[in-house]
Parts: sequence; C-alpha cells; structure tokens
Amino acid sequence: MAKQSTTLRAVAARRAEPQEVPSGPMPAARLDRLIHERIRLGIVSALAVNDSLTFNELKALLQTTDGNLSVHARKLEEAGYLACTKSFDGRIPKTRYRLTPAGRRAFERYLAHMEALIEAMRER
Amino acid sequence: MRPLRPLRRPEPPVEAIHQHAVENLRFIRETMEGASSFTAVSGVGGIGMGLTALAAGILAGGPPAPGRWLLVWLSSALVAFLIGTLAMRRKARRFRMELFSRPGRKFALGLAPPLIVAALLTAALYRAGRVDLLPGMWLLLYGAAVTTGGAFSVRIVPAMGACFMVVGTAALFAPPSWSNSLLAAGFGGLHIAFGAAIARRHGG
Repeated sequence: MAKQSTTLRAVAARRAEPQEVPSGPMPAARLDRLIHERIRLGIVSALAVNDSLTFNELKALLQTTDGNLSVHARKLEEAGYLACTKSFDGRIPKTRYRLTPAGRRAFERYLAHMEALIEAMRER
Repeated sequence: MRPLRPLRRPEPPVEAIHQHAVENLRFIRETMEGASSFTAVSGVGGIGMGLTALAAGILAGGPPAPGRWLLVWLSSALVAFLIGTLAMRRKARRFRMELFSRPGRKFALGLAPPLIVAALLTAALYRAGRVDLLPGMWLLLYGAAVTTGGAFSVRIVPAMGACFMVVGTAALFAPPSWSNSLLAAGFGGLHIAFGAAIARRHGG
C-alpha cells in the first residue's frame, strides 16, 4: 500500500515537473487546469505566502465546506503540489498543508500565464 | 450522415480571456492578503539591512560620540531604509501585490509613529549632549515600531520587534563602551537572523 502510494506520488511529481514558459501570447488551453479551478487557486495562493496552513484555516479563509476543500486539496496533493501532515492536538485530528517546490513553481507559472494573457491583450 | 463536429471546443473570445485573467489575478491578490496579513516584508531585505549595520558597527568604532560615530550610524540607517523599502517593493511585485494595499498601509502606519519619535529624540538628545543615550533609544523605538507595525503582519515580525526592545533595554543600561556592539548585534544580528527566517518561510 505504502509502495503504491509512493509510486503514485512519484508519477504525480513527474507530472508536476516544471515546463518552460513559452514566450508570446498564451492560449487559455495551455493553462494549468489543476490550479485554474477557483478553490484550488485559493489554496495555492494562500499557501504561497504562508509556511503552512491547517485545514480549518484554509476552510475559514476560502469560506468553503469540509467536503469541497478536502476534495480539492486531495487533487493538489496527488499532483505533488501540496504536502499534507496529519497530527493530533489533544484528541482532535489536525491536518496541515504546505506548498511543495513543484507547487510553488506551478503557481509562479500560472501567474506568468495570467500576466502574459493580459499583456497580449494590451498589445492588440 | 450527421455533420462532423470538431473535437476541440473553440477558444473563447480574447476579451473574455483577458477579463478572466484580470479577475483571477485580483482573486489571487485578495486571497494572499487575507491569508498572510502583510507578506511584502522582505527577509532578503532584512539580511541586507543587517549587513549594512554590521558594516556600520565596524566603521563607527568606539563609544557613542558626536561626529564620525553619529554620521556613520545615521548614514547606515538611511541606506538600510532604502534597502528595506526596495526589497519590499520587489517582493510585492513578485507576488503581484501592491506595496500599499490595505495590510501594507496598516504596516506603514504602525511603523511610522515610533520612527518619527526616534528621529525627533535623536535631534533633541544630540542638542542636549546626551549622545550616549542614542543606541538604547534607537533600538527600543525601532523595536516598538516593528512590533506595532508587525501587529498586522506575519507572527515572526512582531517577535523580531520584541527582540529589538530587549537589546535596546540592555543598551540603555549597559556601559557606553558596549553600545556599538549592541547596535551591531541588534540592527545587524537580529535583522540577519530574522531576515533569513522570513525569507525561508514567507517567500523571500
């Protein structure tokens, strides 16, 4: 089971390998769809400026439900963009997320995409 | 036979993509601001400010005195201020944030009053010939400024301010011969140590 999880993570990490940001106008189709979704974009943006955040902190910040946050955080985790640690605060389980280097690179690529789109429109 | 449909969906109009990109960047900026209080506090800038203070500590030499000692420390304060401001602007730009967004303004408003008081007291103490009190006063009021400004920032910033106040208290009651070392330890050592921690944990 652990081996399978490691394999999945390895595949995910490979999938999240940085790609060259092409210069010039960038069509919407080339956007990182994984980050593009609103809740996932919120998770990554919040973690880009924090060392780590707990599940509840993210939930309060993004004003979303447990289920919704959990599903989106899992997707980012599977892609190797987030690392998740689980611990106990007394008897209460605590889930903490942080952005991985691959996640930070993906976020910066996404920002560059957005800026390139805006810049391309300005030049028209 | 049915007409063939293209597998690819047509690209949305360019104006719509542009508008969406603008909205997305705004959402990212607001989320970052909400998640981090003030994130443009630059750790790299802190390290630069610390190195300036270490250089001033070496150049100034000796106990507090009017003339060269005062000139070196005031010049280093000016250079450090410029380094800090430029580094914050650079970091804010990197994260596509405005330096004087709402949390940024709160940070500046918290920082300014103790720094203005420090500038006025520097002039008053210099005129009164009590230059020996300057190191403790500078460290204490800078610590107070960072603590009050940092109340709206990430937790490590007010913690740094509190450390400056501790060193300032020591400088206020220590023999004048220790002042230069305490200034270098405070403005140099604390800036470098906390700057490195901020750079590592808060994106630069």
